[in-house]
Amino acid sequence: MTIVAEFSVGYRQILDPNGRLVGPLPGFAEDVAEVVKMYEAMTRVRAFDSKAINLQRTGQLGTYPPSLGHEATHVGVGAAMDVKDVLAPVYREYGTQLWRGVTMTEILMYWGGDERGSDFAVPRHDFAWCVPIATQTLHAAGAAMAFKIRREPRCAVAYIGDGGTSEGCFYEALNLAGARTLPVVFVIVNNGWAISVPVAAQTATRTLAQKAVAAGIPGLQVDGNDVLAVRAAVSEALATARSGGGPCLIEALTYRLSDHTTADDASRYRTQAEVKEAWTLEPLLRLREYLLRANAWDDARERALLKDCAFEVDAAVHDYLATAKPSCDAMFDHLFATPPAHLDAQRATAHRYATKPGGP
Amino acid sequence: MAHAWEMQHDDSVVVIGQDVGANGGVFRATAGLQARFGPDRVQDTPLAEATIAGMSVGMATHGLKPVAEIQFMGFIYPALDQIVNHMTRMRYRTRGRLTCPVVIRTPHGGGIHAPEHHSESTETLLCHIPGMRVVCPSSPARAYGLLLAAIRDPDPVMFLEPVRLYRALRQEVIDDGRALPLDRCFILREGTQVTLVSWGAMTLETLRAAAELETQGIDAEVIDLATLSPIDADTILASVAKTGRLVIVHEAARNVGVGAEIAAIVAEHGLYDLQAPIRRVTGFDTIMPLFRLEHDYIPSVTRIVDAVRLTFAD
Repeated sequence: MTIVAEFSVGYRQILDPNGRLVGPLPGFAEDVAEVVKMYEAMTRVRAFDSKAINLQRTGQLGTYPPSLGHEATHVGVGAAMDVKDVLAPVYREYGTQLWRGVTMTEILMYWGGDERGSDFAVPRHDFAWCVPIATQTLHAAGAAMAFKIRREPRCAVAYIGDGGTSEGCFYEALNLAGARTLPVVFVIVNNGWAISVPVAAQTATRTLAQKAVAAGIPGLQVDGNDVLAVRAAVSEALATARSGGGPCLIEALTYRLSDHTTADDASRYRTQAEVKEAWTLEPLLRLREYLLRANAWDDARERALLKDCAFEVDAAVHDYLATAKPSCDAMFDHLFATPPAHLDAQRATAHRYATKPGGP
Repeated sequence: MAHAWEMQHDDSVVVIGQDVGANGGVFRATAGLQARFGPDRVQDTPLAEATIAGMSVGMATHGLKPVAEIQFMGFIYPALDQIVNHMTRMRYRTRGRLTCPVVIRTPHGGGIHAPEHHSESTETLLCHIPGMRVVCPSSPARAYGLLLAAIRDPDPVMFLEPVRLYRALRQEVIDDGRALPLDRCFILREGTQVTLVSWGAMTLETLRAAAELETQGIDAEVIDLATLSPIDADTILASVAKTGRLVIVHEAARNVGVGAEIAAIVAEHGLYDLQAPIRRVTGFDTIMPLFRLEHDYIPSVTRIVDAVRLTFAD
């Protein structure tokens, strides 16, 4: 038999779990202030996440999918993207969204059951959260097609989870992106678990990155708990895509330290030992070690940052809780550009029977 | 419980879906089954709804009876290709040579502050598909009996489980393996002056409305449709012949809803029994809103009572 094609999948790590450099420092990280900025963003989203869980537990927020443990992947992707690029998120990539200008209040409004949370003040061009699994990957490919047709130097970035890679949409998006050389980067956040199903039960492949091979596009793995590696890999993929070099699939290896959502109880299907082990690899720890060693961080700055984060989160929670329930008109507004006449009568009925304004 | 009974008594029954195994289903509907019947008969599938429906077709045509869970109704759409083009026409197009005894269970409706795409009631889309029954129980006991009937049925059955009932209703259910009939309505409350037809969780509001109407001197009969497709026209027509009035209550949007089909049946076969125009109390022809407004969307007891009173005002 003649071998007609061979493939390999690379793995990238720059900071090891102890915060030591194991690879060349990327250009953006030569300015330590930029690394500090990413550490601050990771701390900020973790503070937000913890408060959001607390709000849900106290009946002030709906079901909420936490991002605990994913901070390096989410912030790394956000920092690699240009403001003009388009993000097609799943539903827990708050670190990327906050970096891009989505507010904590908007995130809380969405999970608090209010459509206005998806009407981002900034960035206007990003997609909103996407609950139907994997469907967003095709939207990103379509947006990339628009950029390509108009010859705009913009890219789309689509997130997907490890579980989502089992969906047909995911393969269709990879195939389309490869076949049309689209400026799109797909980021698989492999956090080990699709609710209760581990990756090994999802697929027989050794890596998820190799799913790119069948689509004829490059695929690589990065340490998803290493913000430097994530940002470097995504930056390079975006630069290639932006200059007409086509798409890329990046698998970020991380771990879902929380339950799937606040409605889930992960202790039913995974061991405490596994979670404890994952905590030793978590992303903030190693970056803090790195910054301490570089004399770019200290306890006083850490305390000040935590205080600032708490202040910002509290202000966002205050704004969220102070937002009055929308009028029942919101059910009919924005359904069509020009509402059909028959909805007027239904709108009137809704008004007649509306629940009390300002309620939960 | 119905799963377990039937798995115990029929080796061909297998349970498949996302998180149905160790996790026991996101609504705990399959809790304990994997430990009892093993990972071959209670299988977590990859996260792919087309996979779940398509593999069900293959399994069912080859000797198994899959009971498949689609985790939320908003996720059913990738499965529709397999359901419409294969599952429901397998018997027909092979002239009975291959058949699809599949049950697809999926949550239905809103009212529990769930996230986006978790609260819709799009049964109309499913009822329009020939070759498949659509069932929606209104209580735990009826869920037990109807699920048994669905699993024992030789054809595809879509089994819609109202999420409000998962939480709102607790009821002792006798685990005796006794199925309830498909294609039949259940009369939940007998009455003489107006017929109220509803299904799923909306039967709760409809029964409350009937109780309220009683205090106002109106004696309402409440029918639980139970099998949404095909519709048990005889029971509804007999009731309307007795009461002379019909109000249909459903959570789903009004446009081309199952209520319209019921109204058409009564218009075709029972028009001269009617003493007042038929009324529908339904969700609005818009997207099920996120949860801060969901109770502005789901018909309230007051809306039902007012609609019934209007049938007496004409």
